[in-house]
Amino acid sequence: MIFTSYTNIISPLGFSTSENYQAVLDSKVGVKKIILPFATEAFCVGKIEDEQLSQRFAPLGNIDFYTKLEQLSILSIQDVIDQSGIDTSDERTLLIYSTTKGNIDILSFDSAQDGKKRIDPKRVYLSELTKQIQLYFKFAHTPVVLSNACISGILAIIMAQRFIEQGIYDNVLVSGGDILSEFTISGFKSFNALSSEPSKPFDANRVGINLGEAVSTILITNKKELAIPYNTQVVSGASANDANHISGPSRTGDGLFQSLQNLQLKNKDEVGFISAHGTATPFNDEMESIAFERAGLTKIPVNSLKGYYGHTLGAAGVLETVLSLESLKNQQLIKSEGYETKGVSGNITMIEKHQSKSFLSFIKTASGFGGCNAAALFRKI
Amino acid sequence: MSYITSYAHIKNNQVSVNGTIVFASDKTASLSEFLSAAYKFLGISYPKFHKMDAQCKLGFLCTEFALKDSDFLISNDLSKIGIILSNSASSLETDRQHQLSISDKSNYFPSPAVFVYTLPNIVIGEIAIRHKITGENAFFVSEKLDAELLDNYTRILMNAATEAVIEGWTEVDRSHYEAFIFLVETQENRNKSSIFKPLKQSNILELYNQTTWTH
Amino acid sequence: MDALIEKLKTQIIEQLNLAEVKPEDIQPDAPLFGEGLGLDSIDALELIVLLEKHYGIKIEDPKDGKTIFQSIRTMAEYIKAQGKA
Repeated sequence: MIFTSYTNIISPLGFSTSENYQAVLDSKVGVKKIILPFATEAFCVGKIEDEQLSQRFAPLGNIDFYTKLEQLSILSIQDVIDQSGIDTSDERTLLIYSTTKGNIDILSFDSAQDGKKRIDPKRVYLSELTKQIQLYFKFAHTPVVLSNACISGILAIIMAQRFIEQGIYDNVLVSGGDILSEFTISGFKSFNALSSEPSKPFDANRVGINLGEAVSTILITNKKELAIPYNTQVVSGASANDANHISGPSRTGDGLFQSLQNLQLKNKDEVGFISAHGTATPFNDEMESIAFERAGLTKIPVNSLKGYYGHTLGAAGVLETVLSLESLKNQQLIKSEGYETKGVSGNITMIEKHQSKSFLSFIKTASGFGGCNAAALFRKI
Repeated sequence: MSYITSYAHIKNNQVSVNGTIVFASDKTASLSEFLSAAYKFLGISYPKFHKMDAQCKLGFLCTEFALKDSDFLISNDLSKIGIILSNSASSLETDRQHQLSISDKSNYFPSPAVFVYTLPNIVIGEIAIRHKITGENAFFVSEKLDAELLDNYTRILMNAATEAVIEGWTEVDRSHYEAFIFLVETQENRNKSSIFKPLKQSNILELYNQTTWTH
Repeated sequence: MDALIEKLKTQIIEQLNLAEVKPEDIQPDAPLFGEGLGLDSIDALELIVLLEKHYGIKIEDPKDGKTIFQSIRTMAEYIKAQGKA
């Protein structure tokens, strides 16, 4: 059996999993309209305050040496290491890092930079980013870097389970992160995919996504004593491609449907909820509702956590899985923030308010540019 | 038991398939000219090709060459073919293009057709769309070809629901480019131009390193 | 109008990377989406960029694109109507 173990989330809603879960229970929303340094118009985004981050990171390392994403990642991984007590230099330990754009903000630094900070431009290469993390924690193995659009986070967790089951590792830290940048915001804006208000996944009036920055880390392990935090196993996972279009999802949700089928779900009744990808674009949410219906999952309540955090790209699959584990542990369903009126054609049951529920398992789904999709099943042991 | 049954390697304006150079452009040709010439040489009609960025064109073509004289797509269930690709620069070449389009506020026209290619896994999508391949995906970023990672992960997939894999390396970074795609399946491909090597780290590296380039 | 239509054909071929299409292949009244040129959702967004970049016209609601981009002729007529021809 492969277990989920200790976790961390760093986001606008807090620097730990418990802070974040409490914030979500209190219906706090991490996105807000702000004018970013590079822009003249306001964007609704989830931003982690730089001052707060610097304060937290300063005891661990030089804030002028490490990039924002590196600082967040090191803090997040350190929290999981502190909680779990694992030895990062052990040969049987691996880090899988999930990110879509890494230190992409480096591309916009001009040679002058600002007075203090001097980031080596080669850290825009993802291997150089993770090399810093490897050096910091003295990992025995080069971190595996997964950059597979928005399914990266959940795919990294699935990969961790697969590596451990194959007998190659015992402990796999999965860390996912992405930061806000002019690069990404301008790109999604050119796609007309942004919402200027907090996003409304699955809602009839949804218009697009909010971007958010975050890092989340989870330890996946075969050691029973490390399973204590959630007493939950990673049962199965799968990915599949729509083979339809590079940016729009399959209208019939083919790839997501195939991923769900490949979970080999034995008992639908024990699934308490689905943590959907739910980005709040017209196409994604519609496609997910159709895939869920095709897979016969219509009676299982659904939420998207992107109403609280925005779309955190490489962090999303990890962050949303961690909060879903908290849900499972506390036997609670978290309301799908931003949802008011059904706006998808698939037969779907949305979680409209926080509630208690007795259940054994949950499914996490994700989809991304490039036609990729993934799904994973988690179950109490 | 899994076998490498075909491979293609593109570098230095040359294409090598299963160890033999099958196409070359003049060494002074630009990457863009070389890719167009290789596309014409293959004689396929696929208008979407021209919308792709350099990395996708490269990965797409390398895969076409590897598949060309192989029954890979006929002998395997398309829904059980995985695509695992990797490189060191992610989508940096196109990232730079997008960054350029947003750096001058007086000439500010970010292009969705460029932005969509600022993710390295899009090349997997392009290959999937071309051949209707709907199996597992993964895009890894590593300093150089990580044969151990590809070998391990392929075995993991092949031990489960995956029956065959298209995998390798697709890299474009400034003036440097290289693609190496190999096909893995469970049975020997009964075709005169195929190879037949058990899937293991040392064989991947051997095929990758043994290509002799004439310029 | 004819000159604008010819200019648009060349601009569209370039902006949308339609390398295998020649200006004479595009009929002014043929549908751009669906059949005809078979453009997709990214192409639709690129046409919006084209209008802004080359004609200084900003389309506020992309849904308006459906009528504006029906054919080359409807595009030309829209540009003329905006006084930007």
